[in-house]
Amino acid sequence: MASPEFATALNMKRSSMSPRTLFSSVMTVITFVCAALALIPLVAVLSYVLINGASSFRLSVFTQLPPAPGLTGGGFGNALVGTFLTVGIASLLSIPFGVLAAIFLAEFYRDTKLAETINFLTNVLSGVPSIVIGAFAYAFVVLATGTFSAVAGGFALAVLMLPTIVRTATESLESVPRDFRQAAIGLGATRFQTTVQIVLPAAIPAIITGVMLALARAAGETAPILFTASTSRYWVRSVWEPTATMARLVFDFATAPYKSQQELAWVGSLVLVALVLVTSILSRWIVRKR
Amino acid sequence: MASELQSARKTETVFRTENLNIYYGDFLAVRDISIEIPKNKITAFIGPSGCGKSTVLRCFNRLNDLIKSFHLDGKLFYHDQDLYAPEIDPVEVRRQIGMVFQKPNPFPKSIYDNVAFGPRLLGYKGDMDELVERSLKQAALWDDIKDKLKAMGTDLSGGQQQRLCIARAIAVQPDVILMDEPCSALDPISTLKVEDLLQELKEKYTILIVTHNMQQASRASDRTAFFNVEANAKGQRTGYIVEYDRTEVIFQSPKEQATQAYVSGRFG
Amino acid sequence: MATSPSQTAMPTERSQSSRVLDKAFVWLTGAFAIGVGFVLLAIAFRVGTDALPAIQKFGLSFLTTSRWSVNDEVFGALTQIYGTLVTSFIALLIAVPIGIGVALFLSEDYLPPRIKQPVVFLIELLAAIPSVVYGLWGIFVLIPLLKPFGIWLNTNFGWIPLFSTAPSGPGIYVAGIILSIMILPIIAAISRDSLVAVPAEIRQAAYGLGATRWETIFQVILPAAFSGIVGGIMLALGRAMGETMAVTMVIGNSNSISPSILSQGSTVSSLLANQFAEAGGLQVSSLMYAALILFGLTLVVNVLAEIIVRRFSLKL
Repeated sequence: MASPEFATALNMKRSSMSPRTLFSSVMTVITFVCAALALIPLVAVLSYVLINGASSFRLSVFTQLPPAPGLTGGGFGNALVGTFLTVGIASLLSIPFGVLAAIFLAEFYRDTKLAETINFLTNVLSGVPSIVIGAFAYAFVVLATGTFSAVAGGFALAVLMLPTIVRTATESLESVPRDFRQAAIGLGATRFQTTVQIVLPAAIPAIITGVMLALARAAGETAPILFTASTSRYWVRSVWEPTATMARLVFDFATAPYKSQQELAWVGSLVLVALVLVTSILSRWIVRKR
Repeated sequence: MASELQSARKTETVFRTENLNIYYGDFLAVRDISIEIPKNKITAFIGPSGCGKSTVLRCFNRLNDLIKSFHLDGKLFYHDQDLYAPEIDPVEVRRQIGMVFQKPNPFPKSIYDNVAFGPRLLGYKGDMDELVERSLKQAALWDDIKDKLKAMGTDLSGGQQQRLCIARAIAVQPDVILMDEPCSALDPISTLKVEDLLQELKEKYTILIVTHNMQQASRASDRTAFFNVEANAKGQRTGYIVEYDRTEVIFQSPKEQATQAYVSGRFG
Repeated sequence: MATSPSQTAMPTERSQSSRVLDKAFVWLTGAFAIGVGFVLLAIAFRVGTDALPAIQKFGLSFLTTSRWSVNDEVFGALTQIYGTLVTSFIALLIAVPIGIGVALFLSEDYLPPRIKQPVVFLIELLAAIPSVVYGLWGIFVLIPLLKPFGIWLNTNFGWIPLFSTAPSGPGIYVAGIILSIMILPIIAAISRDSLVAVPAEIRQAAYGLGATRWETIFQVILPAAFSGIVGGIMLALGRAMGETMAVTMVIGNSNSISPSILSQGSTVSSLLANQFAEAGGLQVSSLMYAALILFGLTLVVNVLAEIIVRRFSLKL
């Protein structure tokens, strides 16, 4: 018997006008609108970059130097080289550092207080604003060497990439099945042999995927480059002099009053976005294939 | 208030199915279910795993609606109401036909809020403290936890969690309680407690219980349906009811050979 | 073959050198792991020491005054701190409801998985687009797009201090909106993870009691995922406060405080971006002081986020 204490009508019929049904429908519509709102800027940014970038695109942008103010044509060949150089320096510094640290965290000290603490600090480090990392690199390298340089820029990007690399490498190593290790240790392998010959090779594809994503992001980072690598109108001759980069070039030319420079900013953006997009899709494809 | 339900609740047969076939997409999961479930009795569904007994149970409160590919044909009447008629709101159905799940699933809220959850949904205007206490007493949990109603429901032991889920189900004073292997995750002592509880609950509620513990079915239920499963040429396994009768008949003098084999443990 | 395998001498003891190598390897990796933590300390230490002259000269008045004069060597960062807080607040105001809405949309079964996966991927892509590209888009697309809206706000609601200045193109509100686009994926992704982590049994229990989808979401799922969502919002706040390039390009970079969000302004990060390269002397030190403040602010927010997320993940 139904208790009279329950005020609602005990009717099982569906009613599209009941407050509950109405509320549900309204909320459902709201979430759909939210999803649409989130996708609009993405579509807008990507399509503008694609349209404006592609309309000014010529192959010579990859080989020529930036145009002088007011002149047309030119490209960003030196900035492209500079980006590869700074990101390359950043990789040399941060990848061995990050992977070795990850081996310690995943293989030797997993689930200990020390590893917990370092993981915590790694996450906090990844939250440090990139401009602050730029300031740090400025004090640490630029002031010490007395010059803006590709090394200073690479150092800043290395600090920026480090937490990502530590985290993805740790996760990759931890996802290697325990059986592998036990089998190796059961055969009398040392921890060094187990790690280098068994675990690391098994984790390498996943590590490479994570590192690729980190590199693509670093290539688009501008704030830490601004006053470390600075910029230059010439081709790179040495790692110890101011160096042009794609990200810095987009920033400078976006705020420049000349049409030809603004066009190059769009083309440069297209290159940066394409880089991120391709690595994202590629890494996703690799992850799915495994 | 002469609502349809109150008049509906007067019939002595709670559920009646006619040639119920249950599908997931093209796959026929259970076929040809025609049974009647009597009021204020405990009806047990037994059978080997994969025989569709839980699937059938979940039709009675339309919980299968949550699975996109699910559909059925045939008829399923709750008292005299066709439960799958287009104008029926599955949400309303579930308010009157409560369910206790295989794995205890208290909300990550306090014990009190767990029990009060359903009544609050229904806009219960009475004395909530009293209702919570009454429900917990009916579920034989009150004495264990009366001093810590603010404790998290998820911090209780497994057996206590399951009794909390039962209290939560009966707090809305449903007509029927569906139980899907409610003791399979519990230790023997907790299991006995829940079985004792069932006997008290059937005074007020109609209970359907799925179990793969045959002793439990024979101890606790009044009527038993034995399900079996057979594979077709394509290897798809379809469940069906072999025999449905009073529990003592099923366990002592079943008519079907397969039932005899199953209840005597020579099968499955 | 001269010797059968059984006759080959198997070394029964690990050689001394292999044992040393093994130990050295563990030590080496340990040094690098601790090095990661050390980097964080090094940032705080180096930025702190370089900021010391400015800290000694201006003390706490650096936080409460807004004069920034290179010629007189008088520096106060109130305008920038205010700008950072206001732009971040606007960004959260827009991104939190939409982000949680997106997370709900993607954690419920509205879309078949075949379509849902690409949508999740697209929204994650939003987070991967470089900040400077957002800035470029902001200058050439968003600013012209928002200007009529800003003018409309000013003409119709100019009596509210919030909209009391005529918009000139770049401004605090543009920065806030562009930040909201940039932090939306963080909120959406982390909230979605927390929502998906709520066990399916709990959802079924609510449905079994006759709750509708939205009663289940509001009364069971969202409360269970609450701390995860809050953690995500905190991370997004940290990101918004530190975001530099896009903000620098659309905020106008003026050193003035106005209650109006239509006016131009600057943030700590845009100040650093604009002045660092050509700075010298006490100005560098003051910029380091500003960087230290930004570092401190984001550190507090990120540590809180980290603690909240951690406690949450232990519980479920």
